[in-house]
Amino acid sequence: MAELDNLYREVILEHYKNPRNKGLSQDPGYVTVHIKNPSCGDDITIQTLFDGDVVKDCRHEGHGCSICCSSASVLTETMVGKTLKESKTIAENYLAMVSNKPFDPTVDLEEATVYAGVRQFPARVKCASIAWQAFLKTITDRN
Amino acid sequence: MERNPWRELFPQLSGKDEAFLDSAASSLKPRSVIAAVDHYYNDLSVNIHRGMYKSSYEATMLYEEARAKVAAFIGADESEIVFLRGATAALNLVATSFGLARLQAGDEIIVSELEHHSSFLPWQAVAAKTGAKLVFVPLDAEKRITVDAFRSVLTKRTRVVALTYVSNVMGYVTPLCEIVPIARSVGAVVVADAAQAVQHLTIDVKALDVDFLAFSGHKMLGPTGIGVLYGKSALLAGMEPIEYGGEMIDDVAKDRSTWKDAPYKFESGTMPIASAIGLGAAVDLIRSIGIPTIEDHVVRIRRYAYTQLKKIPGIVIYNPTADTGTIAFNVEGVHPHDAATFFAEKNVSLRAGHHCAQLLIRALGIEACLRASFYLYNSYADCDRLVETAREAVAFFKGVGF
Repeated sequence: MAELDNLYREVILEHYKNPRNKGLSQDPGYVTVHIKNPSCGDDITIQTLFDGDVVKDCRHEGHGCSICCSSASVLTETMVGKTLKESKTIAENYLAMVSNKPFDPTVDLEEATVYAGVRQFPARVKCASIAWQAFLKTITDRN
Repeated sequence: MERNPWRELFPQLSGKDEAFLDSAASSLKPRSVIAAVDHYYNDLSVNIHRGMYKSSYEATMLYEEARAKVAAFIGADESEIVFLRGATAALNLVATSFGLARLQAGDEIIVSELEHHSSFLPWQAVAAKTGAKLVFVPLDAEKRITVDAFRSVLTKRTRVVALTYVSNVMGYVTPLCEIVPIARSVGAVVVADAAQAVQHLTIDVKALDVDFLAFSGHKMLGPTGIGVLYGKSALLAGMEPIEYGGEMIDDVAKDRSTWKDAPYKFESGTMPIASAIGLGAAVDLIRSIGIPTIEDHVVRIRRYAYTQLKKIPGIVIYNPTADTGTIAFNVEGVHPHDAATFFAEKNVSLRAGHHCAQLLIRALGIEACLRASFYLYNSYADCDRLVETAREAVAFFKGVGF
């Protein structure tokens, strides 16, 4: 129960209750990716605006559990200002970390580091991954 | 507190500190079923219906005995029992073989928002392909199917009535015994999804007069991978197989082939023989205990859990009046996946999500919910643990700031 307590007490609850960068933009310059997890109903849209090679803005919208929604909020904060290459490395490392696969600990995941706690709850890996997978798809779609 | 005499039949419960409350997803499997499956694999392990040797003969006998047991269990004739992969395959067979061939534009199919996706989607597909119209029984305030509501949507164009016998989320029993004769009055065929009914209700298909009835083995103490379609002889006789291959043929020729009679024409290829034999053992156990005894226990412990659960501020229950063993609920203000993790940490095994019933979840106006479901091996201690954990969950999520 201590793990669950830690998981919720840290950044997750704060971002769940006060999500950053929430709400989609009407600006057609944004790349929009929508991902649904049909088995649980989580439904997240990630919108990213690039300025050349740099993530200028990142937004999210959708619904789901606290881990899903907060990780979308943390994602948007983490990515703004990163280059395409940096943001891709961060997202890949984050996804490896939450699914308990080998990842590079020297990559700074910033606030997203707390989601390492999700590894204790294999049933929740999907919840923590969906927004970040949407972001990775953004990069693929842009290329 | 009374001792549960059936727990020791289930090896999954021994030495485990868990309250298993997800039987509506899949029940536990008793030793007798495991032994029947083991006997097939250990001692026989050969194909049925075609081998001219002793072990094949015994396997065939056991497989056909299982069919006879299932038939007797629901009051059917053996030739009316088709073994398939599960209720899903059974309902799809009816929709694809019967529905697609018989329905046309302008015909109406009555369904409801209480349906499991397996009872709804096959008919949605049939409607899309044939131009037939899907008509929904309006649910009452409790989200039940009532006879009056059913009558209100029945027309002369109603050809098929596809309804759940027991809702997998709400645990409501659909009044099929009244609905079937009304459907009959316009010549409609009634397809009952009994995946959540066969383990809770005494079913006599002849008295019920239903045309098709589908259920799965693994929700009634049997193995996975086996299910049953009951169909009236005359209807099965007129239906084309949807899978062609080994064992289902009468004669194969270059220009034209013919099929065996039902049920064999629907059982193509090598069937899950061990699972069918295991299902026979599950039927034996259920009949030896008796559905009324099982259901008396299930209803009592469900009521025991519900009565305490409803007193907890912060717990919202969606089916206070359930007829069988489910409680659909949420921790107020907490997404059910967050809540389910808390219950899982306390070894209380629940289901969280939309329960393959998105139409109902939408009708309830929620995103998803938790479901506790009870069966004969659940104890009052399991209920106490559910209630205590629910109380702790409310406090925990309040504590961390939900």
